[in-house]
Amino acid sequence: MPLSTPAVSADPLVAIDNVTFAYDRRTILKGISLTIPKGKVVAIMGGSGCGKTTLLRLIGGQVKPSKGEVRVAGKVVHELDSDGLYQLRRKMGMLFQFGALFTDMSVFDNVAFQMREHTDLPESMIRDLVLMKLNAVGLRGASKLMPSELSGGMARRVALARAIALDPMLMMYDEPFAGLDPISLGVVGQLIRQLNDALGATSILVTHDVVESLQIVDYVYFVSEGAIVAEGTPDEIRASTEPFVRQFVGGLPDGPVPFQYPAKPYAEELMGLKNA
Amino acid sequence: MLEWLSARVRGFGAPAVDALIKLGFGFRFLSAVLWHSATAFRRFNLIIREVYFTGVLSLVIILVSGLFVGMVLGLQGYDTLQRFGASEALGVLVSLSLLRELGPVVAGLLFASRAGSAITAEIGLMKATEQLAAMEMMAVNPLARVVAPRFWAGVLSMPILAALFSAMGILGGYLVGVVLIGVDAGSFWAQMQSQVDLYNDIGNGLIKSVVFGVAVSIIAVFEGFDAPPTAEGVSGATTRTVVTSSLAILGLDFILTAFMFRGV
Repeated sequence: MPLSTPAVSADPLVAIDNVTFAYDRRTILKGISLTIPKGKVVAIMGGSGCGKTTLLRLIGGQVKPSKGEVRVAGKVVHELDSDGLYQLRRKMGMLFQFGALFTDMSVFDNVAFQMREHTDLPESMIRDLVLMKLNAVGLRGASKLMPSELSGGMARRVALARAIALDPMLMMYDEPFAGLDPISLGVVGQLIRQLNDALGATSILVTHDVVESLQIVDYVYFVSEGAIVAEGTPDEIRASTEPFVRQFVGGLPDGPVPFQYPAKPYAEELMGLKNA
Repeated sequence: MLEWLSARVRGFGAPAVDALIKLGFGFRFLSAVLWHSATAFRRFNLIIREVYFTGVLSLVIILVSGLFVGMVLGLQGYDTLQRFGASEALGVLVSLSLLRELGPVVAGLLFASRAGSAITAEIGLMKATEQLAAMEMMAVNPLARVVAPRFWAGVLSMPILAALFSAMGILGGYLVGVVLIGVDAGSFWAQMQSQVDLYNDIGNGLIKSVVFGVAVSIIAVFEGFDAPPTAEGVSGATTRTVVTSSLAILGLDFILTAFMFRGV
């Protein structure tokens, strides 16, 4: 339930309207609706497997909804043809959970990839642009390294430089903090905020890292079992008494999200084993 | 009884339908690869790069295998031919065996094992590590950028590798037959020159190797692209590439041979 009237719904860049999505017979999203306003950093939080990454895939047009629609910059994503979708994707950047760097290319070539694919810029200009992007994430000195020579945090930052290579209007981050040490986590968090503001972009952050996210985002949606269960500004989330939010923010093992996977009563199961 | 029978029919039918669906998907995939090949040819350096990985790096296994196969042919051929007093025909036997059959077939099998499996594993791992998804999100079609160059590199490499295999095999046959056993060198080369036909033997062998190259390459890229994005999935896809390619080569070889060498 909304904790506040989202000032965020005015002039949305992304509007997800009553979207249902299923992988085969497994329903992931159940009539979900949310909006992402221009210029903001919005977090989508929830437990593993709740459908957060699927939302990003729907926005990027990698999958199509069974029902409802996803609009990005006024265009219904699943109605676009292949060319239209690729045109839209040129205005998007996505940071994958583990970077997804091209392992056969150097750091420099990874960041230059989109520029070489989509522009006719001379190589000298591409070089300058790549070094600028790498400098923005603090890795100008690592331009000649291969992805296998990078730490997890460095790989994530290179992937970030690659994602912003063509100054996208929409940045999507899929678990950008997963597996990072505290220093890298802080660095990546600050980069997300700073780059969003510097580029005038809009950012969607899919994460379960509550502490770091609440420091950098403007608005938060909580997703559970394919639906929005709570939303609000970071201050509202911190002050929330909503049981799901309390469990998630407090990291409590049991609550609306049960600790135990659904099973027969424990005693019954043990007795059954004994008799067997 | 009727239920039992129905279950049996379903038991046989389901895998057949699955195989048919996969075959259809494979042909649609081939069409898509061909459709996106223009991009790969416009940027020919992408294909050249893959020719290095699939073709040049396969040279060692192809050349060494070719040499040994030729040497064995030399030994076996001489042993058989000398019983009929026709040991001078050793050159013809070695060259025709290699150019018509062993060159394309064995080179194809080796190519499938060495390069086909590598292509599948590479594309499968790119999928598992979200590199293909990242490429799509960067508005770059992986079929044009990743799959088509590898497919065409395989198609271009395979005939060259088969030709080199045959050449090395003939050299192996020469070393064993002429240098080691003492068959007359003049007869070895002269009979080969007079009996080997450019179109019927070399040309048909070339056609076979091109067909095998298309088959192995499309199977390799398809299995990689279709692999479940897990360690087990990539491993299974790599195995399927080698098995399916090998069976395809042997099956296609029979069909092509039946059409090419009828009564010739």
